[in-house]
Amino acid sequence: MDGITELSYALDTFYFLVTGALVMWMAAGFSMLEAGLVRAKNTAEILTKNISLFAVACIMYMLMGYSIMYPGDAAVSAWWPGFGGILGKADNTAAEVLASGGDIYYSNLSDFFFQVVFVATAMSIVSGAVAERMKLWAFLLFAVVMTGFIYPMQGYWKWGGGALDALGFLDFAGSGVVHLCGGTAALAGVLLLGARKGKYGADGSIHPIPGANMPLATLGTFILWLGWFGFNGGSELVVSNVAEANNVALVFVNTNMAAAGGVIAAMATARLLFGKTDLTMALNGALAGLVAITAEPLTPTPLLATIIGAIGGVIVVFAIIGIDKLKIDDPVGAISVHGVVGMWGLLAVVLSNEESTLIAQLTGLGVIFAWTLVTSLITWGIIKMVLGIRVSEEEEYEGVDLGECGLEAYPEFVGSKGSGI
Amino acid sequence: MKLVTAIIKPFKLDDVREALSEIGVQGITVTEVKGFGRQKGHTELYRGAEYVVDFLPKVKIEAVVAADMSEKVIEAISKAANTGKIGDGKIFVSNIEQTIRIRTGETGPDAL
Repeated sequence: MDGITELSYALDTFYFLVTGALVMWMAAGFSMLEAGLVRAKNTAEILTKNISLFAVACIMYMLMGYSIMYPGDAAVSAWWPGFGGILGKADNTAAEVLASGGDIYYSNLSDFFFQVVFVATAMSIVSGAVAERMKLWAFLLFAVVMTGFIYPMQGYWKWGGGALDALGFLDFAGSGVVHLCGGTAALAGVLLLGARKGKYGADGSIHPIPGANMPLATLGTFILWLGWFGFNGGSELVVSNVAEANNVALVFVNTNMAAAGGVIAAMATARLLFGKTDLTMALNGALAGLVAITAEPLTPTPLLATIIGAIGGVIVVFAIIGIDKLKIDDPVGAISVHGVVGMWGLLAVVLSNEESTLIAQLTGLGVIFAWTLVTSLITWGIIKMVLGIRVSEEEEYEGVDLGECGLEAYPEFVGSKGSGI
Repeated sequence: MKLVTAIIKPFKLDDVREALSEIGVQGITVTEVKGFGRQKGHTELYRGAEYVVDFLPKVKIEAVVAADMSEKVIEAISKAANTGKIGDGKIFVSNIEQTIRIRTGETGPDAL
């Protein structure tokens, strides 16, 4: 009997670690997607941004974010978790696990690992929206605040057992906590940053700035799709009995179906609106489907999951066009995919989960949006005043690869003096 | 007929293209090139080693126009491509012996 309990603990811990590793792989997905959708002269910089934000997120979450988000009994109130300090809980001993009668069923550190990759995902949503014209270190400074404070606070209110959770707000894997939060922080950044030079004409025209590498963008999308199985699958939190194993399987299937629905719907919408089948819309459609199902991938049937994803796919096309019309320049569609469809994902929960209510979902949506928007605007605003957030016009023309990184992503014709090549 | 070749800064391409349209130039050819004149290159750093890149990205525009148009073309390009900073580029004018439209076989100024 004890052996089975220990094995269950090990399996559920292993499950957290493996699904967490899959979510970590989404960082590669974002990197490739963004690298493919920016111009060649800005590619090295966005890759640098992606790898460094991941590192910042991990460190800030360890230093303070995790204990803000999951204070446990040490929480001060439903709205204020208190500052718990650096990660350092001792892990469970076998004796404690056996004595807990099933309450303690995973390693504490595996829980941290699973959560830290989520905050990194939320932060990487911002990097695409501010691409091609933001100062790298200004961005990293924002990442410090976002991953150390802004994200953990609203995460506490839901997953940490805080006020939103008490209200009955449901968000299985984070359409709100991760995607809406990231999309809103991105929106705040873009509002203060301004559009890329040449994007919007003085006469109101919108000029496309095509991405440099469609294969990378597609690769990135498939990597994100794969990683999402960890994102949603791991959020079931248990796999070690028949009921839970079945649940996990259903979550995987629904996640997959929603992505598929999103792709077809976005492709069809783009074809009807533009007369051509836009690959980038298909890619955004897949991601929109995934974001849409993330709030509730367990209770829908696979057919309903497909439909929820498809609706996300339709919404994202219109959101991208609409946000562009508002002169909000988002090179990769992050605000549309994660922010707007994140909202849809939260509302779609009521379609299949009887325990959810529209009021609770709207409340959670509103609180996450308002909190993130206000704190992000303040943070971006302070950084803008102190450091500046935008590169110079000259640097924007030359490409931020040269200005920020001093190297090119696709160097050729270098012909340097003295290197002998 | 004259061949007008202009080397300009890449971000000026749209402005130059519009200016040429406005004076009635119907066709141009554009190539991405790298080069330098008096504009200095920049230093790049790769894994600790520094190297100088002399060549800067530019765009080469070629337009073949009637001989009496070439002054207007030079003026249009000069104004549109000018930023006042080093590296704005140069314009070259040379003679064209013959022009043929492939589809119809027209020759001379009719083929422009």
